[in-house]
Amino acid sequence: MRIFSFSQPLNFMRLKWPAIVLSTLLILGSLFSFATKGINWGLDFTGGTVIEVGFAQPANLPAVRQTLTDAGYGDAVVQLFGTSRDVLIRIPLRTDVDQSALGDSVIKALNAAETEPVTMRRIEFVGPSVGEELKEDGGLAMLVALIGILLYVTMRFEWRLSVGAVMALFHDVTLTMGLFSVLQLEFDLTVLAAILALIGYSINDTIVVFDRIRESFRKLRDTSVDDTINDAITSTLNRTVITSLTTVLVLVVLFYMGGALIHGFATALLFGIAIGTYSSIYVASAIAEILGISREDMLPPPPVEKEGENTDALL
Amino acid sequence: MLNQNPVWRYFLVLGMLLLALVYALPNLYPEDPALNISATRGGTVAEQTREQLEQSFSAAGIAAKSVVLENGQLLARFNSTEDQLQAREIASQQLGANYITALNLAPATPDWLAAIGASPMKLGLDLRGGVHFLMAVDMKAALDKNLNDMVQTFRADLREDKIRYRSIQADTASGQVQVLLRSAEDVVATEAALKKRDRELVFSPGSDDLTLLVSISEIRLKEIREYALEQNITIIRNRVNEIGVAEPLVQRQGADRIVVQLPGVQDTATAKEILGATASLEFRLVDEEGDLAAALEGRVPLNAELYYTRDGRPVLLEKRIMLTGEHITGANSAFDEYSRPQVSIKLDAKGGNMLSAATRDAIGRRMASVFIEYKPGTELGPDGNPVLIKQQEVINDATIQARLGRDFRITGIDSPGEAQNLATLLRAGALIAPIQIIEERTIGPSLGKENIELGTTAIFWGMICVLVFMVIYYKAFGLVANLALVANLVLIVGVMSMIPGATLTLPGMAGIVLTVGMAVDANVLIFERIREELADGRSVQQAIHHGYDRAFATIADSNITTLLVALILFGIGTGPVKGFAVTLAIGILTSIFTAVVGTRLLVNLFWGGRRVQSLPI
Repeated sequence: MRIFSFSQPLNFMRLKWPAIVLSTLLILGSLFSFATKGINWGLDFTGGTVIEVGFAQPANLPAVRQTLTDAGYGDAVVQLFGTSRDVLIRIPLRTDVDQSALGDSVIKALNAAETEPVTMRRIEFVGPSVGEELKEDGGLAMLVALIGILLYVTMRFEWRLSVGAVMALFHDVTLTMGLFSVLQLEFDLTVLAAILALIGYSINDTIVVFDRIRESFRKLRDTSVDDTINDAITSTLNRTVITSLTTVLVLVVLFYMGGALIHGFATALLFGIAIGTYSSIYVASAIAEILGISREDMLPPPPVEKEGENTDALL
Repeated sequence: MLNQNPVWRYFLVLGMLLLALVYALPNLYPEDPALNISATRGGTVAEQTREQLEQSFSAAGIAAKSVVLENGQLLARFNSTEDQLQAREIASQQLGANYITALNLAPATPDWLAAIGASPMKLGLDLRGGVHFLMAVDMKAALDKNLNDMVQTFRADLREDKIRYRSIQADTASGQVQVLLRSAEDVVATEAALKKRDRELVFSPGSDDLTLLVSISEIRLKEIREYALEQNITIIRNRVNEIGVAEPLVQRQGADRIVVQLPGVQDTATAKEILGATASLEFRLVDEEGDLAAALEGRVPLNAELYYTRDGRPVLLEKRIMLTGEHITGANSAFDEYSRPQVSIKLDAKGGNMLSAATRDAIGRRMASVFIEYKPGTELGPDGNPVLIKQQEVINDATIQARLGRDFRITGIDSPGEAQNLATLLRAGALIAPIQIIEERTIGPSLGKENIELGTTAIFWGMICVLVFMVIYYKAFGLVANLALVANLVLIVGVMSMIPGATLTLPGMAGIVLTVGMAVDANVLIFERIREELADGRSVQQAIHHGYDRAFATIADSNITTLLVALILFGIGTGPVKGFAVTLAIGILTSIFTAVVGTRLLVNLFWGGRRVQSLPI
């Protein structure tokens, strides 16, 4: 069984300008959303307190809100989490009370008001300094990851491809964060982990295409640069689609079965992988092409007699 | 002939898989609810105690699976959580305050697996339930205290050298002491006088000729910070043991932070109370004239109080307190000139004066150190939390040989271990740099269990989806890839169980799901290559050979970059995210092994070196 079977390479590069315009618009849109709507940073980054409580009966949210207001937590945000019996209470950072004791006192107040005792499922408190540091560390991690990849790809391939790869990664990260900004989904620590995993996945995809571009340049002597890239993308298209498909399959399973705590993680990766598949075809290759990659850049260095060339391969 | 492997290679790979399988096995056995009982202050539980407890359990109708002594601690396993809770009541009533009873989940690893060191994966707090605290030591307070001590010391030093000063003040904002003098000569004399006593002081001229600014060297600053952190860690370790937690973690993080993880603890309020409670220390004279026998019968002399030493010996102490622990600035165990263990103690200037005055007329008498702390009792208060009980004990009493000052030592200690213990307690009773909880994560037991179930279901169904897809798409070769995928999962679990530092978290489980989806990538690359080679008209054997060969460079390149990302993630991440990075990295390595080496062996076994006309791919 095959998904695609082409006798002729598809002309991907014909659409490179529309694709670049589209990507640029999407990036600008994301940046605009960051500037206007901002990112809905989760507790891990903003600091504050999150309390998840389980009720024996489906929870009565207005009553819970009233209880909290009476207890002096009028600024608490109360919402259902996952099921109708689980309630998530968010309380922003405050200076007037001992933050670290807040969780316990909220549970106490709820227990006093409810006829059946509530169960504490989760209390998380993050101080303001920790959140700030995490933002810095997270940004730094992304930067280090991008630079590390830039260096590795330059070493293994060529600087034009390297720039293309990193631009593609930047594209994927910006658009995924843009999605979280536009939809105002909560951006917590697991989403940050997902974005870093996405960087790993997306570069993986890009390198497979690049590897083939290099090979095609060496194989097809009298073909134009555009056609060579087209040939490479076409012959890796099956692999690109299948791997994305299996990954998307497991992510859909994770989204529906992994529980509410892992929703953000699955969402970021699902969207990111769709974007990443597109960007490794269009963004990365098109940028390398526009930067003027040519056959000469890809030719192997003058042949050196390889040691053990005539013996059997290891495997 | 192409595509044939020597037999030993099959055995090697098979051996590795079997090894991983064996080490992954303990994860399949459910855990027993258990009680972990240990004696306080590093003591051991006696065999006699074990027998008594076993009898009490059976008398109460609780069937214990086993009650055994391990490394001086007692471990009792039960069939149900109800039994476990009931048994804790019995045990804590029977054993009293000298033992700590902790609820635990003990892995039910069969003996033959335990014998080869196999144990289940460590679960993160998000899967087990428990509390995670991140605490920050208030270094500013520690440094300010040091500055104030310096002021006191300088005043005493200058008085001693008969140098007159206008004022000596601590400037906490700049971390300097300002000494205002009367003449330029006094400035020089002051610098000489202070330098003589402490070589590590740094002097700089002030805004006018008569001001001298004194600060301490960077090295000393660092020492003070380290000391404040170490002191807090020691104290928290001691306290955590009091709470009664199985497998607690108290670890330094960075320059001024401490991570505390208490698996299984739900009652965070009490945990915080215990961690935050202050211990204190008092030095008092022993009342040797009082009638000890009468005091034991209840007739304590008016000016004395009855105390007990740690081994239960009664002592009468004077009510007057000579010195409290807040004046202690350091306590270290060392050896004296005859290599006998001793503890040397440093006091601040004020403490030195107080002790000097108090011991002037007491040479030859005995001085006792009383350690006071609060620990949770067995009784429950109105809010359902254990009531904290004040506990006082005499940790040392020694004869005063001479008038004591800022530096003194306690000698005549039996062993170096005891000296160390005493020094720790003295430090714990000293005034410490305040500590603040800056992050708390508490996961209830129900949520932890739910997270495990969710994670396992997601891994299971994710796996099924990929397996079905691969068989439909690649037929027999898909089956080969599927075998590799299953082997990969076994390897991940096996390796995670073998590495002591690896912890499984909920994001870690998500990482396994992701790995399952991405692990087939290597096989997809190889199989697509083989199809291409076949389409190009190569023979079956050539196609297999080139397919694997050419795909390998791509696989290596693309996985190295992912590994790079995993390493970075490990470097910056904390807790759950670190867990994700670990599983991701392990998953990448094992998937390369199974998808490249493993499937090649199978493909060679089925189709390699034979006259096959077409491949089921």
